[in-house]
Amino acid sequence: MSERGGPGSVGRGDRPGPTPVSGSTRTGPTTEEAALAFEAAGVKTAPALTEENLRDLDRDLDARVFGAMQSISIRYLLLVGFLGSVVAFGAFAFGWQIYKGIGVAGINRPVFWGFYIASFVFWIGISHAGTLVSAILRVLKVEWRMPLTRAAEAMTLFALMIGGLFPIIHLGRNWRFYWMIPVPNERGLWPNFRSALMWDLLAILTYITASSLFLLLPLIPDLATARDRTRGLRRRIYGLLSFGWRGTQQQWHRLHVAMRVFTIVVIPIAVSVHTIVSWDFGMTLVEGWRSTVFGPYFVIGAIYSGMAALITVLVLVRRSLKLEDYVTLRHFDRLGKVLLAVSVIWFYMFWAGFLTDWYGGSTVAKLIQHEHLVGHSAVLFWTMMVVNVLIPFILLWFRRVRTSMTAMLVISLLVNVGMWIERFLIVTSPGINSLSYNWGSYTPQWPEIAIATATFAAFALLYVLFSKALPLISLWEVKESWRVDRWRREGLIEAESDVPPLTMGVPAVTGATAVTGATAVTGATAIGGRGGAS
Amino acid sequence: MVVDLDVCTGCQACAVACLAENNVGIVGEEEAAIGRAQHWIRIERYWDEGEYPEVRAQFLPVMCQQCGKAPCEPVCPVFASVHSEDGLNSQVYNRCIGTRYCAHNCPYKARVFNFFAPQFPSPLEQQLNPDVTVRSVGIMEKCTFCVQRIRRAREQARVEDRPIADGEIMPACVQTCPPGALVFGDAGDPDSQVSRLMASRRGIRLLEAFNTEPSVVYLKREGGLDV
Repeated sequence: MSERGGPGSVGRGDRPGPTPVSGSTRTGPTTEEAALAFEAAGVKTAPALTEENLRDLDRDLDARVFGAMQSISIRYLLLVGFLGSVVAFGAFAFGWQIYKGIGVAGINRPVFWGFYIASFVFWIGISHAGTLVSAILRVLKVEWRMPLTRAAEAMTLFALMIGGLFPIIHLGRNWRFYWMIPVPNERGLWPNFRSALMWDLLAILTYITASSLFLLLPLIPDLATARDRTRGLRRRIYGLLSFGWRGTQQQWHRLHVAMRVFTIVVIPIAVSVHTIVSWDFGMTLVEGWRSTVFGPYFVIGAIYSGMAALITVLVLVRRSLKLEDYVTLRHFDRLGKVLLAVSVIWFYMFWAGFLTDWYGGSTVAKLIQHEHLVGHSAVLFWTMMVVNVLIPFILLWFRRVRTSMTAMLVISLLVNVGMWIERFLIVTSPGINSLSYNWGSYTPQWPEIAIATATFAAFALLYVLFSKALPLISLWEVKESWRVDRWRREGLIEAESDVPPLTMGVPAVTGATAVTGATAVTGATAIGGRGGAS
Repeated sequence: MVVDLDVCTGCQACAVACLAENNVGIVGEEEAAIGRAQHWIRIERYWDEGEYPEVRAQFLPVMCQQCGKAPCEPVCPVFASVHSEDGLNSQVYNRCIGTRYCAHNCPYKARVFNFFAPQFPSPLEQQLNPDVTVRSVGIMEKCTFCVQRIRRAREQARVEDRPIADGEIMPACVQTCPPGALVFGDAGDPDSQVSRLMASRRGIRLLEAFNTEPSVVYLKREGGLDV
């Protein structure tokens, strides 16, 4: 079965045979494993689906997703309460820091940046998962991305919202942060665009704008479905957010065009954002920071930690929202392969920088490396090496590991621990500088730890709330992929043709419109909008 | 400015004078121990090779080098670190929001940060210099070459319609230095004392490899007083 565009990598082999799935039927892991084995043997397992089957599948998907959204259990409330209180404590710590002064943090001279900036880089890194999975896989027309895109795009936005707070939290005078915003002001002063921090500000604001739109656009048909399935206030809110979506040909066409433009645009934005974050360090005169490899090194690091975080989130979401049929073991198998590849590239980039620093012979850079290898930061450094390089490299070769939820959860968490350490080591390296009289070290204090912890809780909280407000799976894209697949099998679209799911519903899909024009149109409306409810 | 390392005894009188002249806050022992001392000029002490008591200390007074190409300036997002018309590298306290980026980019680590609101334990609050701003929490500060004294001397000269005499301007550290290791003057005037000293073959600039074009010239040790 071909990797890309092959007949329904998703919702195909792991779909339970000819019996239409209705509501309660669910495939267990055994079916998935069987499907995996079949796929490995190159056997096509699933038979073609009829329009009738597809309708049943649609209904099942809707019922499961909206059912999970509308039931609110005590456990859910407890979770929200717990996460909320951690966030509240973080807010208190921030208030305390404002009241007493930034000195309650552990920073000093020469380590002027600490936990906050490490967390900043970390969260901006996490935000890259969404772009990678959604945009890059969209561009490559990888169909197995379908059930992952929404979760990934939401992650991007939440991680950015959190990451963007850190540069403000870390300021000496946080209450003046808006002085960096380039608007005409009473001070008659324009910000300094020569400063990498200004590039940062603009890059992050651009990225937040782009990723919000990137999340919102493909949400519209699903919001319309939600509107049609709810009553009262919820219906009105969803109605407002779905911008009057009715699922007409013209609307589908515009959505697809917009998505195509955005998919292309968002990739360079994402790459530039993390490059610019790396330039906060790479462009300075600080030994141990100044580097030409930092741009690509940080980008790949961001993708690495982002992929790992995505895997963590998917394991948890899949489990808690009972989405085992849609986010399948095969997805984890493939994500595991990507993670392995990215891990190796990350180590290559790391090594390119490390070796250059060492060979270049700068005393300070070599002393920093000495500290990392055998000195005060050796424990952190070697932990990073083990969890970022050794463990993924040894384990991710095995399909059994890649399809084991526990193993993937542990590996992905470890990778993120390692990536956090990496940022921490970079940010605090100016403890060793050119004038040895000024060397110093850094120990984080409780407000920094509280705030950093609170942001993890805030991320989880945003996700938990999001899961009840909006469908965490892009319903229409999943449904669309089933139909495109069916048309392919029936020869309405050429099997290997590159007609992407994105063009679905657009008259340009010649085969579909010619033969089953009417069906295609109703199918399209059913996927996201009016028809679904009736 | 010229610093003659052969003459410096490491007495730290300059540091004390600077604290008094420039309203530098007192952070206390604990804060100083974790590297938050506010000194605008500090005496760095380096030990030569050898076992006690056969060791020699070297003293290196370091203050802001008032770089010609100051690395702290381009990195400030809000133009708090700017070049003044007369070549000083000034810090505009009102603009500073405390990103501390400038401090990282300064190879001399000459910049100090107000981690808390500056304290002046009694009776120090009685002797605050009215010519110098008392800074607030969360902003960066550093040596100004006692810009208030430079301005005053310039105005005085203008009123009396004469050029500023060589040696007329004395930053607090220069005025205080007992052995006269610090000399301040106009490096643009070839006849001034600093110009003559800067021409010395002993003259070096600190961390010259960074290409920051510092305004401070050190006269390196060639014997002289051992401590």
